[in-house]
Amino acid sequence: MAAGIKDKVAILGMGCSKFGERWDAGPDDLMVEAYLEAMTDAGIEPSQLDAAWFSTHVDEVGTGKGGTPLSLALRLPNIGVTRVENFCAGGSEAFRGAVYAVASGAADIALALGVEKLKDTGYGGLPVGNAGTLIPQVSPNGSAPGNFAQLASAYRGKHGVSKEDLKQAIAHVSVKSHANGARNPKAHLQKEITYEQVLNAPMIAEPLGLFDCCGVSDGAAAAIVCTPEIARALGKRDLVTVKALQLAVSNGSEAQYNGWDGSYFHTARIAAKKAYREAGVERPREQISMMEVHDCFSITELVTMEDLFISAEGQGWRDVLDGFYDADGGLPCQIDGGLKCFGHPIGASGLRMLYEMYLQLQGRAGPRQLVNPVLGMTHNLGGSPSTNVCSVAIVGKEGA
Amino acid sequence: MVGIAAWGAYAPRLRLNRKAAAQANAWVAPNLMARARGERAMANWDEDALTMAVEAARDALGPGDDRGGVRGLYFASTTAPFEDRLNAGILSAALTLDKNIPSADVTGSQRCGLTALAQGLNAVKAGAMSTALVAAGEHRRARAASAQELDWGDAAAAFVIGEGEVAAEFLGHGAVTDDFVDHFRGADAEFDYYWEERWIRDEGIVKLVPPAIRSALERAGIEASTVTHFCFPSTFAGMAATLAKAVGIPPEAVRDNLAARLGEAGCAHAPVMLAHALEEASAGDIILVAQFGQGAEALVFRATDRVASSRPARGVAGSLADRKEETNYLKFLFFNGLVDWDKGMRAEKDNKTALTTLYRNEDMILGLVGGRCRESGVVQFPRTRISVAPNNPAVDTQEPYRFAERKASILSYSADYLTFAMAPPNHYGMVVFEGGGRIFMDITDVEPGDVDTGLPVRMVFRLKEVDEKRGFRRYFWKATPDRTAQAQSAAVAAE
Repeated sequence: MAAGIKDKVAILGMGCSKFGERWDAGPDDLMVEAYLEAMTDAGIEPSQLDAAWFSTHVDEVGTGKGGTPLSLALRLPNIGVTRVENFCAGGSEAFRGAVYAVASGAADIALALGVEKLKDTGYGGLPVGNAGTLIPQVSPNGSAPGNFAQLASAYRGKHGVSKEDLKQAIAHVSVKSHANGARNPKAHLQKEITYEQVLNAPMIAEPLGLFDCCGVSDGAAAAIVCTPEIARALGKRDLVTVKALQLAVSNGSEAQYNGWDGSYFHTARIAAKKAYREAGVERPREQISMMEVHDCFSITELVTMEDLFISAEGQGWRDVLDGFYDADGGLPCQIDGGLKCFGHPIGASGLRMLYEMYLQLQGRAGPRQLVNPVLGMTHNLGGSPSTNVCSVAIVGKEGA
Repeated sequence: MVGIAAWGAYAPRLRLNRKAAAQANAWVAPNLMARARGERAMANWDEDALTMAVEAARDALGPGDDRGGVRGLYFASTTAPFEDRLNAGILSAALTLDKNIPSADVTGSQRCGLTALAQGLNAVKAGAMSTALVAAGEHRRARAASAQELDWGDAAAAFVIGEGEVAAEFLGHGAVTDDFVDHFRGADAEFDYYWEERWIRDEGIVKLVPPAIRSALERAGIEASTVTHFCFPSTFAGMAATLAKAVGIPPEAVRDNLAARLGEAGCAHAPVMLAHALEEASAGDIILVAQFGQGAEALVFRATDRVASSRPARGVAGSLADRKEETNYLKFLFFNGLVDWDKGMRAEKDNKTALTTLYRNEDMILGLVGGRCRESGVVQFPRTRISVAPNNPAVDTQEPYRFAERKASILSYSADYLTFAMAPPNHYGMVVFEGGGRIFMDITDVEPGDVDTGLPVRMVFRLKEVDEKRGFRRYFWKATPDRTAQAQSAAVAAE
């Protein structure tokens, strides 16, 4: 087995734009907003950047294709820009590219930036698009909530949970994230909500109502990475280092072979196991201080608690209802509001999750600061339950 | 002995309540209230003449995998989805028939269903082919608030023509051709244009149909008085009885034209009535079926002792029983493209079909054919060069495997209110098949509350999308509740 990435790369600086319906900003503006904060935080000049990785998903309404949109917006010094796209997990991919470049020695300092400008479509929800020429001829005319709602019916069927109990548990997921988002000035949605609001909201895709769905937001997030040695040479102390970066991708066994039962993410379990091994984590429920997971929908977050081996299989909904993942619970989850409330500008989300972990580990998270976190985990998923990419990253204090 | 070896029928599950429709239009057309009785079959948005014909043909052919026995194909319709693309070719692909057979679209008149049937019978009789499949489907559009809208219905029927041990022996065929224009629909017209009913009846049907019937009986060597089932569709009250009297067919032989339950399904209606007669016939019964249209077509059959044992799984009886009343007339208008409604921006998605991709994946898309690994036996959809079997990614080991007739059930689902759907919410989910394989697919003919995990489903051939910009229609398969299996399991649970 490979030696892994643990402690080979440090985060030198990070930035994140205000997320939300940014009618005032185009994708260039969002990129600049996140970039300038990250550069100020890192304390470096553009000429010190060796390479960049750029993530964006919906190029039809956002930036267009290729690496040029990033280089043009930031006026980068003609360095290499690699555009990556991996559904909603592209932000984690940009980070992985930059981290690997530094770890390999090919770059001293590298930039990862993700952006999505979704609110130029003219309607709510995610933009509608086609996936090649074959899939539209056979796949259902569905939506993201409809695809992820599949988890709920399969989870109920497998674990014998009633519709009402599951609806209550996923309502708790959203109530908790809204409470957290209310303490985050950069979040798209900053209002607390009640159970009644969640349970009585209009149905989007059975059983997911309006408040079971994350925000569709504009935004950008960025990370600048280098080796711990360079970070120290640049005067940084109390470094946040990368402990694990894992990606698992479906190969059709869920969607085409009668094994998977539809109630969980096959890839997430693989990525989580590998990440724990890479980071040296043996008891995640005790050792992980906090998490940002891909809560595109409340049910996704609920089953992910089991897929990351924090909750026992079939028990995630009980842990959720017990408040284990609340801000004052045993393992705070979505402390920044998550995709649910911070928002979900697709290509930026993986980096936004890391931004919160980074702030928390540095004690800079303001009113939502947790007490002495040591290890933070991010879980960034792209695709649908039956066919997806799942990225799991662990970052933490150097030496942890 | 040449004749009908098997038959099948299909009517959409939805039945528009005529009273509801007539009342909605009574303010502008109070005369329609005279027709406000019974119900008419109403195609779902994803059904058309072709999809209904596929279902009728599947009913006729049965669930067996080997369809190599069909050596010729005729598809009859005046409302086929394509003007220039062999509609029978789509039917053939959906049924996974042998590619090396002749096929034809038969159209142009309300009697073309019987014309196609006569062509199939005569071709087999002449030895041009051993077995022919004849399917007729009709999905006519009429203007809102018209009498036709209430009178008509959507349906299909299909027949397997063979030689040897048949269910009904073909005895004779008569035809009259005369350019009597009771109505017409020009090449670019959306709707039919009709002349006066009294003229159509007295100068058209009464004068042109009897010669065709007499000719058929004469060739069959059968006396009119021995006919036991007389099938003649007409929206004019008592028309079949008038004709029976004119040619000497006993009045008790005149069959119910199903106007109260299905409505008149254009060129498919005489075939539907024939299928219904076969389902109720006893050995030795003489069945005469005729239909009017620029002349007339008439066919005579004698039921054999195999007729009772040849009844299809659904047939007309099953189609009549599988019904759901629809009292929302607006839904009928939406489904038939008679209202320019606000579909929202999500409906603006371009549904251009890559014809290269369609052809490359023809059996997958139109035939629902996947793959089965020769080595592991693992079944999958779609068929791929490398097997999906975990731990056994065998290369180039897959043989075609048909999913369309396999039993299946729902593993997961959602009812999606966000995505654009012609009949929201759009239901879709993971469907798992007995014998292996699964497909994430649309679920049709359902309403909220109908679907849950474990629901038994069967496959139906339906419209996937309509590309209005280019006039193309995409077809694929969908899951629909297997209501027979549901009823059986409910009965078991009750015990």
